[in-house]
Amino acid sequence: MRSPASVVEPAPATTTPAALPAPPVHTRRRRSGGHLLLTAVTWLLALFFAGPVLWMLLTSFHSEADAATNPPSLLAPLTLSGYGEFFGANSGISPVRPLVNSLIASVGSTVMVLVLALPAAYALSIKSIVKWRDVLFFFLSTKMMPIVAALLPLYLLANYIGGLDKIWFLLIVYMVMNLPIAVWMLRSFLADVPVEMIEAAEIDGASLMTTLRRVLLPVILPGMAATSLICFIFSWNELLVARVLTGVSAQTAPVFLTGFVSSQGLFLAKVCAASMVISIPVLIAGLTAQDKFVQGLTLGAVK
Amino acid sequence: MSRTGVEQVPPVSQHARTGRRQAWLRRAPLLPALIFMIALTQVPFLASLVISTYHWNSLLPDETKFVGFDNYVTVFTDTDLRSAVITTFLLTATVVIVSVFFGGTIALLVNRKFFGRGLARTMLITPFLIVPVAAALVWKHAILNPSYGLLNGTLTWIWSLFGQQNAPQLDPLSTHPLMSVEASLIWQWTPFMMLIILAGLQSQPMDIVEAARVDGAGEFNIFRFITLPHLRRYVELGALLGSIYIVQNFDAVFTLTSGALGTANLPYIVYQTFYVSNEYGLASAAGVVVVAGTLVIATFVLRTMFSMFRTELVR
Amino acid sequence: MRYHVSLSRRYAIGAIALAVGLVVSACSSSGSAGGGESATQGTGDSSSNSSAGEGASSGTADQSINVIMVNNPAQEDLVKLTPDNFTKQTGIKVNFTLLPENDVRAKISQEFSSQAGQYDVATLSNYEIPFYANNGWLAPLDKYIAADTAFDQADILPAMAESMKGKDGKIYGEPFEGQSSFLMYRKDVFEAKGLTVPSNPTWDQVAELAAKIDHAEPGMRGICLRGQPGWGEMFAPLTTVINTFGGTWFDKDWNAQVDSPAFQQAVEFYVKLIQEHGEDGAAQSGYTECLNDFIQGKVAMWVDATNSGGSIEASNSPIHGKIGYAQSPVKLTKSSGWLWTWAWGIQAASKHQDAAWKFVSWASSKDYELLVAKKLGWAKVPYGKRESTFKNPDFQAGAPFYKAALEAIESVSPENSFTQPRPAAGVQFVGIPEFAALATDLSRDISAVIAGQGTVAAALAKGQKAAEAVGAKYKNK
Repeated sequence: MRSPASVVEPAPATTTPAALPAPPVHTRRRRSGGHLLLTAVTWLLALFFAGPVLWMLLTSFHSEADAATNPPSLLAPLTLSGYGEFFGANSGISPVRPLVNSLIASVGSTVMVLVLALPAAYALSIKSIVKWRDVLFFFLSTKMMPIVAALLPLYLLANYIGGLDKIWFLLIVYMVMNLPIAVWMLRSFLADVPVEMIEAAEIDGASLMTTLRRVLLPVILPGMAATSLICFIFSWNELLVARVLTGVSAQTAPVFLTGFVSSQGLFLAKVCAASMVISIPVLIAGLTAQDKFVQGLTLGAVK
Repeated sequence: MSRTGVEQVPPVSQHARTGRRQAWLRRAPLLPALIFMIALTQVPFLASLVISTYHWNSLLPDETKFVGFDNYVTVFTDTDLRSAVITTFLLTATVVIVSVFFGGTIALLVNRKFFGRGLARTMLITPFLIVPVAAALVWKHAILNPSYGLLNGTLTWIWSLFGQQNAPQLDPLSTHPLMSVEASLIWQWTPFMMLIILAGLQSQPMDIVEAARVDGAGEFNIFRFITLPHLRRYVELGALLGSIYIVQNFDAVFTLTSGALGTANLPYIVYQTFYVSNEYGLASAAGVVVVAGTLVIATFVLRTMFSMFRTELVR
Repeated sequence: MRYHVSLSRRYAIGAIALAVGLVVSACSSSGSAGGGESATQGTGDSSSNSSAGEGASSGTADQSINVIMVNNPAQEDLVKLTPDNFTKQTGIKVNFTLLPENDVRAKISQEFSSQAGQYDVATLSNYEIPFYANNGWLAPLDKYIAADTAFDQADILPAMAESMKGKDGKIYGEPFEGQSSFLMYRKDVFEAKGLTVPSNPTWDQVAELAAKIDHAEPGMRGICLRGQPGWGEMFAPLTTVINTFGGTWFDKDWNAQVDSPAFQQAVEFYVKLIQEHGEDGAAQSGYTECLNDFIQGKVAMWVDATNSGGSIEASNSPIHGKIGYAQSPVKLTKSSGWLWTWAWGIQAASKHQDAAWKFVSWASSKDYELLVAKKLGWAKVPYGKRESTFKNPDFQAGAPFYKAALEAIESVSPENSFTQPRPAAGVQFVGIPEFAALATDLSRDISAVIAGQGTVAAALAKGQKAAEAVGAKYKNK
């Protein structure tokens, strides 16, 4: 909870800051048995939720034989063979291309989403449009439509225009999937910008672009960070569309992972290793920016 | 729609008399995104509408023909589809409600100062940051596998601590398939709910709480009458976002049970019809019905239940 | 809502036009694939026969082909061996996509029906190849076979070769491995218990043995049978049980027989055997899971594909040398093995058909079998397609299952396997496109029964309705 102060600074005092570093509700009062008990419960819950991830991490460093024992062998010797398998030591199938594809599709679509969503959010929040709520509702409702219903037309379209197994086509589909949430989130951030600031800039004769850059950008940079994070995570995680629309050259990491459950002997360690590697970008992004993430989502609720 | 009539252009005076050009200038920044979305969501939808009036099985290209509403008749009489609607509802409701409850409880716990709070919070978040299909694979093979999964392994271990040989061995994927899918999703989504509710807790205006405390209000009453109402919007938001994604869940159902044993939700059934049965016409009809149904429910939910779409938001 | 309605109305006209265009083009592209076939044949003509040199200079040097395969052990071995052998020899780079059986089928049928041309070669089977060929989705191979004498088409087992033909009598596929099914059991465990498995057992004997051997060792169940939904998963072994119990999906006049007493008796037998003495987690266990269970000593018997022998007898398998092989259990018929081949098909829309054939010819060749034998051992050879393999003394010595496998493959015939005439080809499947969906739907319900939800009778009643709808269509043809 370090950054929020910078976000809420320019906002009028009436808006409630989303993640103000507030002193915990009841601490200094009874630091007694009750407190210890609650702490113990919290830690137990933390272990319970992190348990599967820790187990996955441990298993990924075990040999296949040690990975599949009952009871589990916690203290089995550690090895990198699971990771070696994942990187194609034995199979000769390298995960690098799927990983790069995933990176292109998620980063590319995130950037493009921001390019489209920023002006839209600006129009929706600062320069109020009649029926803006309907427009916002339209955006959100498209997000609620199951993407699976669009799979067949998308496939036919891709086949028709030569977009099958092409990363750019996947990138466009991911844009469609993330744009609504991005518009919604960015709008909440932009709503924090006082109209007077913009009007002042307009009276100065600043063009739209300059207004955007000089006045708004510093204010909404944290919002953009949060939005990018969300878009990135959801694109990186996407499986269904990628399964149907990609094959050899545009295959993404999650699709690659599903082909990894092999019929040749045991595969537990190698699947765990693969799962870890594929989750690493999301873990890094999510853990380093967890505050921004929450802020970005919750501003949308309160604004 | 009823509400939009009442709504006024905000009383920012300079804008009141702007001409058409000005109005378009205001809309212009919105247009690229709007056109992009309309083109890429409505065109496939219209294509679905057209395809849904054909009998079209891609494996039987010679039999493709226009059949009008036949596919819709099939969709509405199909028992699999009907049970998929129920499954989707159960899955979404259970996961959202349970993870909001857990998430809220954990948020309250984490909102205290205690030893190692940062680490505990990080640990609590990680499930949400595992790629869903990876999480599902790990659940299926490393945790719920009846022969060597962590679940049965732990049971064996605990029993062996007491010198017992025959620990009970569970096979939840076969005996409680829907519950297994729900459990894995709750595990993934509880952290998400926790994050959002935690943000709500931390944005609580402390002056009010302190004032109440000075007035002699008990901790429970403070929670009941101040904290809980304040959290409402955060809970709604978590539920809304959670629903959006869980209604569409495919990865967990696909990986854990392949839609078997009554776990096939709507996305899985549509996928199955299109991708496995190659019934393009039928899949499109099912897709159209699902979209129409979602829109109706979304409109209802967004407009009536969620305060953020109800209250006046224009400044 | 008016704002976006009016806007979208304007776009709607354009959108509908686009949508109609899309559908029409998609329909016509799949319809015209038959026409495209002759064109591709022409190109295959010009370069394959006359000038191998020209082919090498124009394309193959930096050419690459895309191959989609099921991720079975033999196919995984192929991935390992391709770069250092095939690519080194021909300069053709091969990009593989490996997927589990159910997934790969879905992906391939989508790919081939739309003739998307993403993949040049796919692992098809004797189920798909005939009707794929009739739809014009596959490139005929006769020209290539004639020119490629080293390939030796005459060596391919007749039952396999025959199942690779289209209505026009042309060959559209080449088998990579051929298989029937047989019973594998743990000799060591049965001996320790003083039990013997007959070489031609009946299902009643097997059920009895499964009961006796169940829990012979801690955590070891009696038998592994596929319970995972999917026509190629559960219904491969289950249809053979139905066959030998005297049942069938359709009689020769396309009357659905799914709710017939024989069909029901067979399914009930199968479900009961799995529930009582089958593997743990049976409702989710397919080929892969059973293979793992068997190798790890979690089951004592397993009725499945003959080519499982390779993984079981591999030197790193903990149970190699401990396995006995018997014929697939029967009831009313003489034999009850299935007949299946993972075979290569070349997509009609492929732009690299010459290179694709080179790959197919290499992967299905005698030389490839020898290469696998040298690098990985005889047990791992993708056998069951060539007569010469079975006659090879090295193979006989290195693959202890060869005799049982050959007997299983050779004993499959309409007379040996069925009690009634059938309307379509196929032992463990019905050779019509609708079968995949029909059997997959029913298998899901039966899988649920195995897990304890619903009854066999209810599942079959539902299946019968679906089968009747399919049968009605063929009656009118």
